[in-house]
Amino acid sequence: MIAFIIRRFLQAVVVMLVISLVVFAIKKEFGDPVRDLVGERVTPEERQQIADKMGLNDPFLVQYGRFVKNAVTKGDLGRSFLYNKPNLEVIITHAPATIELVLGTAFIIIVLSLPLGVYCALKPRSWLSRFTMSFSTLGVSMPVFLTAILLIYLFAVHWQILPSYGRGETVDLFGNGIWMTGLLTIDGLKHLILPCISLSTLMLPLFIRLIRSEMMEVLETEYIKYAWAKGLSPRRVWLVHAFKNTLLPVITVFGVQIGIMFAFTLLTELVFQWPGMGFMFLEAVNRADLSLLIAYLVVVAASFVVVNTVVDILYGFINPTVRIAGTK
Amino acid sequence: MKTKLQQFKESYFLYSFRRDMVAMASFVVLVIFLGIAFAAPWISPMNPYDSANIDIMNSEIPPMWMDGGSKEFPLGTDNQGRDMLSTMFYGLRTSIIIGLGAVAIQAAIGIVLGLMAGYLGGKTDAILMRLADIQFSFPYLMVAIFMSAIFQVVFGAGSFEQLAIPLLTIIIGLSNWPMFARTIRASVMGEKNKEYVEAARVIGLPQRIIMFRHILPNALTSVMVISTIQVANAVMSEAALSFLGLGMPVTKPSLGSLIRAGQEYFFSGSWWITVLPGLWLVLFVLVINLLGDWLRDVLNPKLYKG
Amino acid sequence: MSSLLEVRDLEVKFGLRSGDITAIDGVSFELDPGERMGLVGESGAGKSVTGFAIINLISKPGYISRGSIHFEGKEISAYPPDKMRTIRGNRISMIFQDPMMTLNPVYTIGFQMIETLKAHRDISKSQARAIALEKLKLVQMPSPEKRLAQYPHELSGGMRQRIIIAISLLADPAIIIADEPTTALDVTIQAEIMDLLQELCENEKMGLMLITHDLGVVSQVTEKIAVMYAGKIIEYGPTETVVHHPVHPYTIGLIGSIPGSIEPGKDLRQIPGMMPTLTNIPPGCAFNPRCELAADICTRQTPVLEEKQNGIMAACHMK
Repeated sequence: MIAFIIRRFLQAVVVMLVISLVVFAIKKEFGDPVRDLVGERVTPEERQQIADKMGLNDPFLVQYGRFVKNAVTKGDLGRSFLYNKPNLEVIITHAPATIELVLGTAFIIIVLSLPLGVYCALKPRSWLSRFTMSFSTLGVSMPVFLTAILLIYLFAVHWQILPSYGRGETVDLFGNGIWMTGLLTIDGLKHLILPCISLSTLMLPLFIRLIRSEMMEVLETEYIKYAWAKGLSPRRVWLVHAFKNTLLPVITVFGVQIGIMFAFTLLTELVFQWPGMGFMFLEAVNRADLSLLIAYLVVVAASFVVVNTVVDILYGFINPTVRIAGTK
Repeated sequence: MKTKLQQFKESYFLYSFRRDMVAMASFVVLVIFLGIAFAAPWISPMNPYDSANIDIMNSEIPPMWMDGGSKEFPLGTDNQGRDMLSTMFYGLRTSIIIGLGAVAIQAAIGIVLGLMAGYLGGKTDAILMRLADIQFSFPYLMVAIFMSAIFQVVFGAGSFEQLAIPLLTIIIGLSNWPMFARTIRASVMGEKNKEYVEAARVIGLPQRIIMFRHILPNALTSVMVISTIQVANAVMSEAALSFLGLGMPVTKPSLGSLIRAGQEYFFSGSWWITVLPGLWLVLFVLVINLLGDWLRDVLNPKLYKG
Repeated sequence: MSSLLEVRDLEVKFGLRSGDITAIDGVSFELDPGERMGLVGESGAGKSVTGFAIINLISKPGYISRGSIHFEGKEISAYPPDKMRTIRGNRISMIFQDPMMTLNPVYTIGFQMIETLKAHRDISKSQARAIALEKLKLVQMPSPEKRLAQYPHELSGGMRQRIIIAISLLADPAIIIADEPTTALDVTIQAEIMDLLQELCENEKMGLMLITHDLGVVSQVTEKIAVMYAGKIIEYGPTETVVHHPVHPYTIGLIGSIPGSIEPGKDLRQIPGMMPTLTNIPPGCAFNPRCELAADICTRQTPVLEEKQNGIMAACHMK
């Protein structure tokens, strides 16, 4: 198991190095760190001096080495001229909003997709299954932003029962001003409902279908037939024997899809004016803050790599076959 | 000897198509959509991409069946005064051009790399698949968003607007090739040890010929199914990018940029600017998805999961 | 004395869109307590379906369309699911063909043994564990304690089949139905498993229904044989007699095709042609197209199973 974790970890490091190289090349070619630091009103001579001082005229690999070293040891990902703060700080203060959005959505997806997917597999001919399956095709074809706009129209404008924009009332989770959470106030939770629903319409159909098809496949296996032959109850056969085997592939996909969800938060954050990382990203694009853009790219890539690695390791713990393969 | 046409007429493929009402209806709708997209310049009442035709005085006119609507603009006008019907025709055309182009790029890259990885194996396979893994671990929409964002920041929004259609095609094409590559590779792995490939090798046929003439045809069902799903994905990506302001510019709106433009007018009552192109887009993607589902059920290829 | 298991005129159909297909057509046999019976035939003859039909576990869209299954004095063919459960794995156990596929890969051996016991007995986990250990010892499993904590994939095929046999013994059943229990195993291990199964049935006074295509195995283990062909029993009698003096031409052909049944140096006999598929069974005797003795009547009238000689029942017009 330890060998497996180490191997997986090394893979993650290699991936991060490749990504950082690409990112650094873009930054080096197109970025303007002098402007990021002192703004645009400096003479060419001053620029040259500052550039020398910052080591911008050193060989590429030396600069790349320094970039990685600063990023790893000091968490230094450059400065944002837009916010006039270190990039990492800007990203960290925007992260909680996005993370809470993703958590809320993941919650909705898990709570709904597991029972619905299992039900559709067990009773494929019932009207609820048919309805769920047709509805899921529609859900897949519906862009998130359109769902979001329609939800706002219905719940916020027409019926006026839920708020439409922003995060609402937030409280400081750790008392240090970094994690402002909306999960602890009624108003904050109310503001979460619509964004989370619209984001979940994207993944929910996918998971219901995935769980359904995996479960149906598992139900056909010999070991399930054997479980029946042992005289186990339907509850036990379905929920203990079939369900766990269904979950294994689903967990892997879930890890990947959480990542995809981060991409789609951009759309929901834009519609709901949600002050998260996606909103910050679009701001950075509009104001051409390449430095922040690239820092964001690094952070997103890193979190993806971490999530994927954790999911793989988690999978190893649940699936005994992988665990053994890892120790050998 | 039966002709190809006769064979097709008697095939299971056509048989199950005729039995499935949903598949047939979707196909008909899809053909209509494609027809409209193709004929947009001739059947649209006006060219919405030409600013000379647009009069801001005509902005936010409702569809003709509502109060204040006019026959001149059957589905109303947008916030700039463009005829909605024409804009939806042109927007669909743009979306389809980008969608098909992007999938063609994905398929080309995916097929070449997938064949190489699967057939040559060894180091080539390891490197190509690691590469695919890395890109695959990032959502394709994210990759596309980053690419267009960086392009827009680096070269400025102005040059982006001029090159929007080819650029978006390339960006969406590059962002989603691993899906094809992996599926092709999987079917090559399954095919390559079969006897007929062995035989072709023994006769001394060059690898290139074995790959394209003998192995590729067996992977075509998978390619067909994936292509359908990927066209839907590409159209959705284009809409998402345009909605974020990273895709088609407001001067040449696609369906996504129309929805974006209409968003702020929606809540003040001008719902049609958002809702009509929205429905148009959903219907188009829905029929592709329905056809894709049906194809997958009928052809049942071994697709790469996840 | 009435039999432990009595199957009468069993018919199983598979409901397909194009119409029902009869997989088992009027099968009857009985099994006394502690008796070992072999159900022999080519694949597709319906022997597995017969086995599964007894505990009403036929894969969909199959269903029992006629006949009776009498077990321990009760008619069980129409038992509702939860009553059927008290029989499955409790009074009648099954051993499946491929031990590599039979155990759930994500649970330990101990888990899968204990849950079986707990499904049928009201006992504590530690009591169940003790019984599981005892049965593992009974199947001569080396270091049984360790096995309980292991996952199926850590064990070889032979070991897994021993475990499955141990699971089938857990509730001290009256009958074990073994569906090709050794086909998926190495030849060297096949004999071991077969011997173990025979020994256990003798010692524990359990009935055995051995489903196999291998007449050689059946002749060593069982006391009684039923030969199936195209969904019907065509020969039924004591093992000794059937093996040495078979009546039905199909059985004669089967025995002639076993290596070692004839003198060395001579060619093995084989039955020409193939068994018909269920969708196109020929009229009359299903075996007639392959039969050397076939006469006019064989294509017109279906022969019934009747007593022929030495206590053998056979379905053939010509004998």
